[in-house]
Amino acid sequence: MDITNLLSALPGAAAQGLIWGIMAIGVFITYKVLDIADLTVDGSIATGGATCVMLTLAGMPVWAAMLCALAAGLLAGLVTGLLHTAMGIPALLSGILTQLSLYSINLRILGASNQSINVMKYDLLISLRYITTAICVTAIFVVVIIAILYWFFGTSLGCSIRATGANPNMSRAQGINVNMTKVIGLMLSNGLVALAGALLAQYQGFADVKMGIGSIVIGLAAVIIGDVIFSRIFRNFALKLLSVVLGAVIYYIVLQIVFAFGISSDYLKLLTAVIVAIFLAIPYWKGKYFGKRVRKEDRTNA
Amino acid sequence: MLELTNLYKTFNAGTVNEKTAINGLNLNLAPGDFVTVIGGNGAGKSTMLNLIAGVFPVDSGAIRLNGFNLTGLPEHKRARFLGRVFQDPMMGTAATMGIEENLALAYRRGKTRGLGSGITNPERTVFREKLETLGLGLEDRMTSKVGLLSGGQRQALTLLMATLQKPDLLLLDEHTAALDPKTADKVLQITDEIVARDNLTTLMVTHNMKNAIQYGNRLIMMDAGRVVVDIQGEEKKNLTVRDLLEKFNIENDRMLLSE
Repeated sequence: MDITNLLSALPGAAAQGLIWGIMAIGVFITYKVLDIADLTVDGSIATGGATCVMLTLAGMPVWAAMLCALAAGLLAGLVTGLLHTAMGIPALLSGILTQLSLYSINLRILGASNQSINVMKYDLLISLRYITTAICVTAIFVVVIIAILYWFFGTSLGCSIRATGANPNMSRAQGINVNMTKVIGLMLSNGLVALAGALLAQYQGFADVKMGIGSIVIGLAAVIIGDVIFSRIFRNFALKLLSVVLGAVIYYIVLQIVFAFGISSDYLKLLTAVIVAIFLAIPYWKGKYFGKRVRKEDRTNA
Repeated sequence: MLELTNLYKTFNAGTVNEKTAINGLNLNLAPGDFVTVIGGNGAGKSTMLNLIAGVFPVDSGAIRLNGFNLTGLPEHKRARFLGRVFQDPMMGTAATMGIEENLALAYRRGKTRGLGSGITNPERTVFREKLETLGLGLEDRMTSKVGLLSGGQRQALTLLMATLQKPDLLLLDEHTAALDPKTADKVLQITDEIVARDNLTTLMVTHNMKNAIQYGNRLIMMDAGRVVVDIQGEEKKNLTVRDLLEKFNIENDRMLLSE
């Protein structure tokens, strides 16, 4: 094990973890709040990256390019939401359809399978050449996003989105238009994911049509790691969002440690899947083999 | 005030599982009517309530409330006029949200849900007072997750949520059927108090004939998707379980003979 290499890799892991943490907050909104597994994110993160890179290359200020990336993500979420609500396609399939179509769209945006952007030539917000700045800037993004979401999910509209995920029957009975709340939730989620994509593309210095492959699994990993480790101490909604970001950072640090043992980075996706599988299994095993069994809510329709 | 005109509803039409649940149903409710609804399994009681609430659309017929046509309106838009409590205690509340959050959601029934605060302090005071009237001690656990409550507490809470904004019509779908007898009595007693206090027009489905007789000013019995017995006024007051059983059998026999 190479300790020096590991230590020098840790700041990079933290920066990447923070960027993916923003993406994971998006996953948290669909997976935990709305109770929908949304696979759009694999496409929308690349859309965010591609939009940001191409607009910056075209001379737009980077902050404006990032706003456009955010808007592109909102649009992707809208498409998935409408496929699901207006066309009655199951949520999982709607996400897959959007994700697939985004691959073509991302190719069109980039005009090639990848485009690089040089931090020396363009005034980017973050880059892996300046890791400390990257960590600070991304951390500010994280704090601001969490603050806005904490406020939003405390509003009447935000509460109705949470209620939709918690109990759609009750929500309809209380006059909530659950189709609308689902669409808003999906838009918000993919908007954040695309924003994370824009940051990621700047950080790594390029956007690639394949940059989103498997990102839903990384997002889930962050959500689940955060939940398993922090759910007992973090009960407040803002802290829950923070635990998702910390989950992403922990995930990247664990990966670095694994690589420090000399395992080839070819195994990256396999390791990701294994980490997610283990963290998904922990709560299940804990419930099954240790302590009191908590009865899962029985939602049979009587 | 509630007019159900010639309602028809068939599930799985054209398949071997075809089931006509509501078959030419007519029913008129006067303002302030507290109607108990009885009938065997498959008589169409729950389906009638679900049609009124808009859970699924009618095949034909009209549903009017205070002269307003509800028939084509989606479920969430009808919610403005309706308070609903379900048989399953899990269905009426959001388990992962707090008691006060659930009440706040119900408090906004029929209003636009914008970017204003999801719950305010004056509202908390109102909720606390309302919870006190239940006599279950829930006023001291306002931030507890509803998932921690017992079935009876959840049904009482759902009842409170259904009536927090005074509904034009209260729909109770066997809301005490999943509770133990003692808790069921308590929830029924609360129901009766709230209905009397706010003078709510109510449809209460029940399998318990004693309750059907004890509560309300009118009793209807359903069979094969329509109303077969309708008792109100003095006759309802003097009704006994024995009378009801006789009617029940007669009606069932008549149904059998007519087949």
